[in-house]
Amino acid sequence: MLSKRIIACLDVRDGKLAKSVKFVDTKDIGDPVAKAKQYYEGGLDELVFYDITASSDKRAIMLDVVEQVAAQIFIPFSVGGGVRAVEDATSLRLAGAEKVNVNTAAVQDPELIARVATAIGSQSTVLSMDVLRVAVSGSIPSGYEIVIHGGRTHTGIDALAWARKAEALGAGEIVVNSIDADGTREGYEIKLTRMIADAVRVPVIASGGAGKPEHLYEVLTEGHADAALVASMVHYGDYTVAALKDYLAGRGVKIRRS
Amino acid sequence: MPTLVARPAGARERAVSGSNAKACYPTHNRVITIVDYNAGNLRSVKRACDAVGIEAIFTHDPDRVARAERLIFPGVGHAKTAMDTLVSTGLGEAVRTVVKRGMPVLGICVGAQLVLESSEEGPTPGLGFLPGHTRLLRVADPELKIPHMGWNNVRVEQPHPLLAHLQPHDELYFVHSYYLDPANSADVYATTEHGTRFCCALGKDNLFATQFHPEKSGKLGLALLDRFARWDGKPC
Repeated sequence: MLSKRIIACLDVRDGKLAKSVKFVDTKDIGDPVAKAKQYYEGGLDELVFYDITASSDKRAIMLDVVEQVAAQIFIPFSVGGGVRAVEDATSLRLAGAEKVNVNTAAVQDPELIARVATAIGSQSTVLSMDVLRVAVSGSIPSGYEIVIHGGRTHTGIDALAWARKAEALGAGEIVVNSIDADGTREGYEIKLTRMIADAVRVPVIASGGAGKPEHLYEVLTEGHADAALVASMVHYGDYTVAALKDYLAGRGVKIRRS
Repeated sequence: MPTLVARPAGARERAVSGSNAKACYPTHNRVITIVDYNAGNLRSVKRACDAVGIEAIFTHDPDRVARAERLIFPGVGHAKTAMDTLVSTGLGEAVRTVVKRGMPVLGICVGAQLVLESSEEGPTPGLGFLPGHTRLLRVADPELKIPHMGWNNVRVEQPHPLLAHLQPHDELYFVHSYYLDPANSADVYATTEHGTRFCCALGKDNLFATQFHPEKSGKLGLALLDRFARWDGKPC
């Protein structure tokens, strides 16, 4: 039986950890490679780097980070942020990323999912979607809308329809990021996660809102998620990956502890 | 122990040559040749070898593959695409030569699937080193996802030097939608379960192959690669 996965997400800007993330162990501040290695040693199942570099001329720095991480950690890791073309995906794969996340560019050009999947395989093509709770309407029957540009721009696309379409186009995994829950540390959006997880056959990763171990338990059971993304709750040193795993295993969730 | 030749981690250029390497390994050649047939994950396999101090080179030259003393046959992606490439380049026959020469050979993922006679992905014939077929994974339970992606328990069915470090509850990393279905149970070394129980490591004599990815399975996977580098090619 597959274990539920715990995935840590690191935001990287210009090759360094984003300032918004304040780490307790000061020697690691700014170095995504050291942080990745620490999590790997601590039993993390998977890692995500989100490149929030604003200027395109600094994007090459991310490839160096990816190469360094790939040489030191031997669990799957994916990279997202700014992937607009097949070439972005193939260069990240060559640098050592196991999977590549597409988000905004795929909303603007859904066929990008198919092109990336053809180039690097569905198993490596992850659709990341940012979702906002809205009033149920004719165009948004699920009551959840896809937003882009970090949540600032509405698209008029229904989240449930988008998840199904992305799967049909070749996405091998879907990250459901709730903009409502993101940053609150009050728990994942269970209803949204469950709705998407039940609608597609590919694995679903819940994102946004994790603050306590109970939140992971809820989304991995009631929320039907295959994996839970964590960020600040481990970055700030409040919890270790091992402690989260002990907690989940204690409540009967199948989790990797080897 | 032979002296290991250190290679910089993440070196971009392809290592060229066996002749120098051979001089370093007069009696016990640990250098691993990785078959390069555009099947994707060979770089991650090489990085994992680097991490445990094993010298690995990759090559798409069938003659060099055929002469390999120790071979990794990786693969991700589509089985038919991979097989078509192996046939058109002559690399498939080169791998067959190494298997026949009795040198240790490790197949990974699609590389493992093509060890069998055919795959339903395509469909396509395989290299047919072992009897059996690769079949589409069908699971009835709607809560079980396809692809089978993530960490799963590997149950060792019969002892093998490459699996001797695994404990009963150990988990390794999988990502696949087709599964190995060898005809002879004697060829099955490990199984896993996703809706149904199926083979995830098979082998015979000097050939061993895994559906899981040792290069992405943390320390347990690295240990398997290290064992492969020291394996004499005998199943027990």
